[in-house]
Amino acid sequence: MNRASATTGMDAPPAYDPSRPTPLVLGDETFTSITDKVCGIVEQPRPPKAWYAAITITGATTLLLFAMLFHLITTGVGVWGVNSTVGWGWAIVNFVFWVGIGHAGTLISAILFLLRQRWRTSINRFAEAMTIFAVVCAGIFPAVHVGRVWLVHWLFPLPNYQAMWPQFRSPLLWDVFAVGTYATVSLLFWYTGMVPDLATLRDRATSKVRKMAYGIFAIGWRGSHRHWHRYEKAYLLLAGLATPLVLSVHSVVSFDFAVSVIPGWHTTIFPPYFVAGAVFSGFAMVGTCLVPARQWFGLKPFITMHHLDNMNKIILATGSMVGYAYAMEFFIAWYGGNPNESFAFVNRAFGPYAWAYWIMVTCNVISPQLFWFKKIRHSLPAMWIIYIFVNIGMWFERFVITVTSLSRDFLPSSWQYYQPTMIDILTFLGSFGLFFTLVLLFVRFLPMVAMAEVKTVMPTEDAISGAGHPAGDYHGDIPYDPRED
Amino acid sequence: MTRDDRFFGLLVEFADPTRLEHACEKVRDAGFEHWDAHTPFPVHGMDAAMGIKGTRLPWIVLVGGLTGMAAALLMIWWMNAVDYPYIISGKPLFGWPAAVPVTFELTVLFSAFATFFGMWGLNGMPRLSHPLFSNERFKRATTDRFFIVVEKTDPQFEIAKTRAFLESLGGLAVEEIHDRAED
Repeated sequence: MNRASATTGMDAPPAYDPSRPTPLVLGDETFTSITDKVCGIVEQPRPPKAWYAAITITGATTLLLFAMLFHLITTGVGVWGVNSTVGWGWAIVNFVFWVGIGHAGTLISAILFLLRQRWRTSINRFAEAMTIFAVVCAGIFPAVHVGRVWLVHWLFPLPNYQAMWPQFRSPLLWDVFAVGTYATVSLLFWYTGMVPDLATLRDRATSKVRKMAYGIFAIGWRGSHRHWHRYEKAYLLLAGLATPLVLSVHSVVSFDFAVSVIPGWHTTIFPPYFVAGAVFSGFAMVGTCLVPARQWFGLKPFITMHHLDNMNKIILATGSMVGYAYAMEFFIAWYGGNPNESFAFVNRAFGPYAWAYWIMVTCNVISPQLFWFKKIRHSLPAMWIIYIFVNIGMWFERFVITVTSLSRDFLPSSWQYYQPTMIDILTFLGSFGLFFTLVLLFVRFLPMVAMAEVKTVMPTEDAISGAGHPAGDYHGDIPYDPRED
Repeated sequence: MTRDDRFFGLLVEFADPTRLEHACEKVRDAGFEHWDAHTPFPVHGMDAAMGIKGTRLPWIVLVGGLTGMAAALLMIWWMNAVDYPYIISGKPLFGWPAAVPVTFELTVLFSAFATFFGMWGLNGMPRLSHPLFSNERFKRATTDRFFIVVEKTDPQFEIAKTRAFLESLGGLAVEEIHDRAED
């Protein structure tokens, strides 16, 4: 490969020219070596010691989650910090936080697919897995938040002895359908994408157990082109369905707030603002997991600096949108001339929760702006620290929105300051345990990189003619600076 | 079962997608019907090389989506305006704007199910065994090798003649496929 030579711009840095495509797979990888590398991770007889250490910690944290949920269910929601004024506490904050994280996976797998962003192929499997795990974590909170968990089926339109039906004019019910559909479609999409790779694992399996396990889940896939033909059509259709779906999910989540009459919630900017925030937080979480994973599992040829750079740019873009939304909320609160609305926003920035507000602004508005600098976009430690900041900031955003408006309602005599209890804190901590346990199980047992897809963005081994090229529009001799990694 | 009953067809192996594509054009032009190409990833241009026409999957999905939409609207109307009418804030018992989110979600959900089950159904999956799985070479069809398989059920199939034809395609090897099913 002709590296770092072909730039022509006068002032452009020598190793990078945005007008030319960057290779999506680095080094001398072949179809065989991609399979060997990706399958090799799950075929090791024993995972690395660090994996055992990690899953011990996350497993214990998951048990903590279950213990807290058990305590909650057997005792009652009084174990949480919620009070009669602030009825939505950490449970709702955590729900919105986790649902938002899922959005990056769908954005990468569906929207970037429709936009023909081929760089997504290396990271989509990982991001989709994270979507599903995040939605699992998210689903726990509203389910236990109903208080009497044994009546949680009342959320669904099921025939019951009271002959009652749910109220379809309520955004909370819309949410049940939105999140339920989102979880289902994400799972179908993820699984569909994985079938050809599961077949690869089946065909390479040496032990009977692996042959059976991967064989069952590969459902008889044998790479038939007649099957590929329908498969690709189905994948395109699922992407087309998931795209409006992902935009709708966080819009519907925002309706939980926006359709109410609470000052600070009752704003029309909420749906797009929530969606941008969701993508923002989701990319930060994907990065949080992906940066260490590529380091530990030797995935650098597939998850290149180019991929991380693109992700960081998306974080910069969505972070700026979120910053704009914060400013616009204040503008409308002033311009709208509603005294309750203005009070809610002044209270947000300078009231009892000002500390939370300014943590949010620092993490979400200021920290991603550092990604304007290429040096920071390309520095693994710097980007990872910013990801962590964004994760923190986006949690605080939901906290600020949920709690500040509720704690200062229309009747000053009922104003209260909300504080979480230890149970709240440990439950939230426990949800991270569940999330990372699922991530660890995923990297151990399932192919982390979509092998079949990555093969389509590789240069062919024999460049006899352009027509035989699998990807169709790949260009060789691209500037690549190995010093960056 | 005799050995002949277990004979499935002939397989020819290629090392790269370009050669496979050219070979497929020849198989297509020779007029074979019951044949297929097997590749580790979707090779673009193969639809034309194999003469594959479109699929009816999008129509199945459309029907699925319309079913979801109709089911959602009927459900909301019947539950909130007919079976259990309940006035809330003086609003109409059924108003379509409030029904939009759930209707949208169920349209997407039903369409996704139609896509998922429709695609696997048209592909004849799930199936846990297939004669091709008995071939050692074929194990690489999901990694780095490219195959053409002509089945014995093809009207033109004559073992010696077809074998000679497949050998002329310039593949790495031609082999007979026999189902591993026990006698």
